Amino acid sequence: MADVALQPRTARRPIREASRWDLIKANRNYLGFWFMLPAMVFLVLFLAYPLGLGIWISFTDARIGRPGAFVGLENYEWLWGDSIFWLSVFNTLLYTSVASVIKFAIGLYLALLLNENMPFKAMLRALVLIPFIVPTVLSALAFWWIFDSQFSIISWSLKQMGLITDNINFLGDVTWARICVIFANIWRGVPFVAITLLAGLQTVSPSLYEAATLDGATSWQRFRFITYPLLTPIIAVVMTFSVLFTFTDFQLIWAMTRGGPVNATHLMATLSYQRAIIGGVLGEGAAISNAMIPFLLAAIMVSWFGLQRRKWQQGENND
Amino acid sequence: MSSVQIRDVRKSFGNFEVLHGVSIPIEDGEFVVLVGPSGCGKSTLLRMLAGLENITSGTISIGDKVVNNVQPKERDIAMVFQNYALYPHMTVADNMGFSLKLRGAKPEEISTGVKRAAEILALTPLLERYPRQLSGGQRQRVAMGRAIVRDPQVFLFDEPLSNLDAKLRVAMRTEIKELHQRLRTTTVYVTHDQIEAMTMADKIVVMHDGIVEQMGTPLELYDTPANQFVAGFIGSPAMNFLKGKVKSNGIAGFEGPNGVKLPLMSAPANSEGKPAVYGVRPEHFTIADDGAEAEIVVVEPTGSETQVFAKLGGEQVVAVFRERHQFNPGDKIRLKPDPALVHLFDETTGKRLNA
Repeated sequence: MADVALQPRTARRPIREASRWDLIKANRNYLGFWFMLPAMVFLVLFLAYPLGLGIWISFTDARIGRPGAFVGLENYEWLWGDSIFWLSVFNTLLYTSVASVIKFAIGLYLALLLNENMPFKAMLRALVLIPFIVPTVLSALAFWWIFDSQFSIISWSLKQMGLITDNINFLGDVTWARICVIFANIWRGVPFVAITLLAGLQTVSPSLYEAATLDGATSWQRFRFITYPLLTPIIAVVMTFSVLFTFTDFQLIWAMTRGGPVNATHLMATLSYQRAIIGGVLGEGAAISNAMIPFLLAAIMVSWFGLQRRKWQQGENND
Repeated sequence: MSSVQIRDVRKSFGNFEVLHGVSIPIEDGEFVVLVGPSGCGKSTLLRMLAGLENITSGTISIGDKVVNNVQPKERDIAMVFQNYALYPHMTVADNMGFSLKLRGAKPEEISTGVKRAAEILALTPLLERYPRQLSGGQRQRVAMGRAIVRDPQVFLFDEPLSNLDAKLRVAMRTEIKELHQRLRTTTVYVTHDQIEAMTMADKIVVMHDGIVEQMGTPLELYDTPANQFVAGFIGSPAMNFLKGKVKSNGIAGFEGPNGVKLPLMSAPANSEGKPAVYGVRPEHFTIADDGAEAEIVVVEPTGSETQVFAKLGGEQVVAVFRERHQFNPGDKIRLKPDPALVHLFDETTGKRLNA
């Protein structure tokens, strides 16, 4: 074994200084830049540019096919005195707050339920996702039929049971229409909340529950003192997203009611579309869209500061 | 404080039985260590004692009361988990006081209890910290503090030291033992580490494949292991086993592999010529002219002692010497087991043959 003499290596390559190009290729800072570049181009092109353009258009009297001239805050002044705009603001706030609260309650309940051990767990978890998978417009059309004034299955069923004599005018009555679109939004939004909270629940170590059980906690106390506080960071994130999505909702409303009856379900997004694209008044439509920005920023701020308060998440983790 | 009686306890998961009738008497104030390789059922047994797992059959009683159908929180026990299970969103003080808070104790009562426990464990300066801001050893102490605050009938420890580094483990071992000497609370401690078991226990219960192999004080288990499993499990480095048969020519003796002659104090009755397993602990070898010849393979000095791996009759054995010999791989030495301290086991059942 040791008889084999090791030949000394003769020709060694001379050590070469790194060239400028080598540095750019290998330097960590440059490398980060290279990796960021595609995403940056994408964001600038499809987010920053349209946003900037939208803000600019809101200061002009542009119409479809006509660039328009700068008019300052005129579009916003118009909106200030526009009762339909204010109605859409009210609708949006109502829609967002009611739908979000109920989505949170049902989503949390479902998540807790799905986190328990039960037969067909994987299948049930998959089933919950269905409303989320169905294309929005498709589910909106389904709801449109469910709430149709003549062929509604709900009206039909209630009539068969003898509870009512005439069809309910679901999408034609102001209150009913609002209830219906909120219901559809909840149906669609619950899976997102439920699955995300379920993921959060699974990060809670089972031994914490065991420790709490031995400490004498009832199941309500385990939820109140262990589950809920440990879930708050995820609740903050998921509810921020939920509020943002609901606030900017467009598809469901447009497919179901187009903002009717008498603008009772017009959200800011649908009103903006109606004014800018259908009506052709781009400047005013853009102004309505921009009016959503302060609300959205406020929602983000709330969750941001909510997240910052939790001291227990900070500090080094040593394990 | 209370005694604990475990009587013929069985546990099945579905059709799979993991505990096959375990009985362990635990006296009031005793420190009992359940030790065994992973999968032997020791943790399951502890969790059954805590009420976290159902008891398939048999009974467990704490004090005079059978607790099979008693809720975990009514059993008046406290448990320290392997991963500590500290509530990450509560300060050290809140973690320790949580059980009192749930019990509906007054704030002053809680803070007195927490302070007392914190003083015992030197945690007072850390009371306002969160678990994330603590080191492994500190978290371990908080977990114990949470148990102490409860002032329970029984302490349960589930491998509490296995997440700590070697040095800290030794320190915490002493600390837990000292704590037990101070509080005298009945303690059941689960570990897979036989050194922990040996150093801490009043009574060791060696478990293997869902049964109790042997129960006794640490030195009983070391001196007279009931079977080959216990003999191999207790002691480090592990006992050497040599297969062969009892062969006495006037004086008791043992013929090991390849005819190696090994000494015996006395041959068990009717054992002449019977195949058996000869067990000798590494520390019970001496170098002697009438020893069996062995060839050194590896020498591992640790400073205080030297471990020598050698081929004895073709089998690898390990011997430990406290004296400093000049050994080199390839050297021939003569190893002699101390005949008073060797063990003889049945080849098939593994049961101990000599007294």
